[in-house]
Amino acid sequence: MSIRGKACIAGVYEHPTRKAPDKSVAQLHAEVALGALKDAGLTKDDVDGYFCAGDAPGVGATSMIEYMNLKVRHLDSTDTGGSSYLVHVSHAAQAIALGKCDVALVTLAGRPRSEGMATGTTPRMRDPNQPDFQWEFPYSLTNVAGYGMCAMRHMHEFGTTSEQLAWIKVAASHHAQHNPNAMLPEVVTVEEVVSSPILADPLHRLDCCVISDGGGAVIVTRPEIARSLGRPLVKVIGAGEAEKHTAGGDVDLTYSGAVWSGPAAFAEAGVTPADIKYASIYDSFTITVLMQIEDLGFCEKGQGGRFVADGNLISGVGKLPFNTDGGGLCNNHPANRGGMTKIIEAVRQLRGEAHPAVQVKNCDLALAQGTGLQLGARHGSATLILERE
Amino acid sequence: MMQAADRKIAAPIVNVETEPFWKAAAEGRFLIKRCTDCGKPHWYPRAVCPFCMSAATVWEEASGRGTIYSYSVARRAPEPYAVAYVTLEEGPTMLTNVVDCDLDALAFGQAVVVTFKPSDGGYPVPMFRPA
Ligand SMILES: [Zn+2]
Repeated sequence: MSIRGKACIAGVYEHPTRKAPDKSVAQLHAEVALGALKDAGLTKDDVDGYFCAGDAPGVGATSMIEYMNLKVRHLDSTDTGGSSYLVHVSHAAQAIALGKCDVALVTLAGRPRSEGMATGTTPRMRDPNQPDFQWEFPYSLTNVAGYGMCAMRHMHEFGTTSEQLAWIKVAASHHAQHNPNAMLPEVVTVEEVVSSPILADPLHRLDCCVISDGGGAVIVTRPEIARSLGRPLVKVIGAGEAEKHTAGGDVDLTYSGAVWSGPAAFAEAGVTPADIKYASIYDSFTITVLMQIEDLGFCEKGQGGRFVADGNLISGVGKLPFNTDGGGLCNNHPANRGGMTKIIEAVRQLRGEAHPAVQVKNCDLALAQGTGLQLGARHGSATLILERE
Repeated sequence: MMQAADRKIAAPIVNVETEPFWKAAAEGRFLIKRCTDCGKPHWYPRAVCPFCMSAATVWEEASGRGTIYSYSVARRAPEPYAVAYVTLEEGPTMLTNVVDCDLDALAFGQAVVVTFKPSDGGYPVPMFRPA
């Protein structure tokens, strides 16, 4: 049994805000829900499945279901950090294939920017019962230092350079210049990236994603319903999910959970990395992109630095156009969780609705990849493969 | 050269499962957990073995010696510091800080030894310094 072709993404919406001091988190969730429903041509009363993660206020999905006054027969609040929403699309496709719901709504929203969160550079307080937390908190493991240790080890083992990592930001900035909502719309150079201050070795300020308010939503539904709505048909044809962690002390920072979620998704879809026309790759930091590109099989392990250099990720220039909205690195990383916007831009590409300057020609097969939580410790990985009919 | 300065260290969060570790730390002893069923040591310490799920895990005093697997210097922190993974002589790799060192002279494979640093109102925390 497979989800291949059993469900379609019929609606997507990215909130245009990047700073929302005048809106509540619940309000942002409802605004993106409405946006995705309108995009699909559906209404709130069509929704019978709801999916959200830890950014949704309240316990699981309960409070947001009440706030939006939904009546659902299926719900799921799986939380794998920023990769949650790719998992939700996969789980929604499974539920739809089994007849457990027909129209699934997935929402993400938050306002870390308005709340003044130092997302990357300050350790976050967590549940004291979280068993790993007490072994990290006294050591001030920040996001940027954790990802930094991955990049340091990658450089040590494979000779990857800061300039190669910088190319990832450069490519994202080339795309962001065409996005009127992007937080960082200026094109940057390799020189500008590597001369920005180092936050934690070897990652510079410009190796990091933005901190933004906002959110996004997607609607997943049965192909028969999607076909009736008159939008280009975007089918979910493969999905994989995985968790990677410190394995009782058997630590290897050179790969991500995408080594497992990627092959699972490709196998289900019956396609290979060479078939992918466009890829949304989770970009909390430049190193996140590089490791996932290797682990998904777009190049050999250790060759990611060479692969991303010289504009190879720039649409219309390179072999693997990525994050054509500017990604988390330049456009938007709402609620510190970049998975939703990865799905949304992949759908735009498949529909032919990306900005004309970055639209990939004949884009009929796309991949969206998420990595949530801490690459340098425990993280979720989720891969989706989407096809336009 | 950038010398690591002493910084305020958050007090460890202690629970019934891990209290012996921290009490030993207060005496300057660095413990790890080993499973008496499969024989393997692990990190972070658990009551239940992460390799075979046996509950027959015991505390043992580790050598306190290890080597740096990876590291990252937080350079924009008020007092710059090094986060690192150190592979212990006994096998497991643990997250820690490397202290009492030139932050610009750290290296992969560098030998380090455990040292205990006072925390902010709690048990001392095992960290590592160049051997
Ligand atoms: Zn065991």
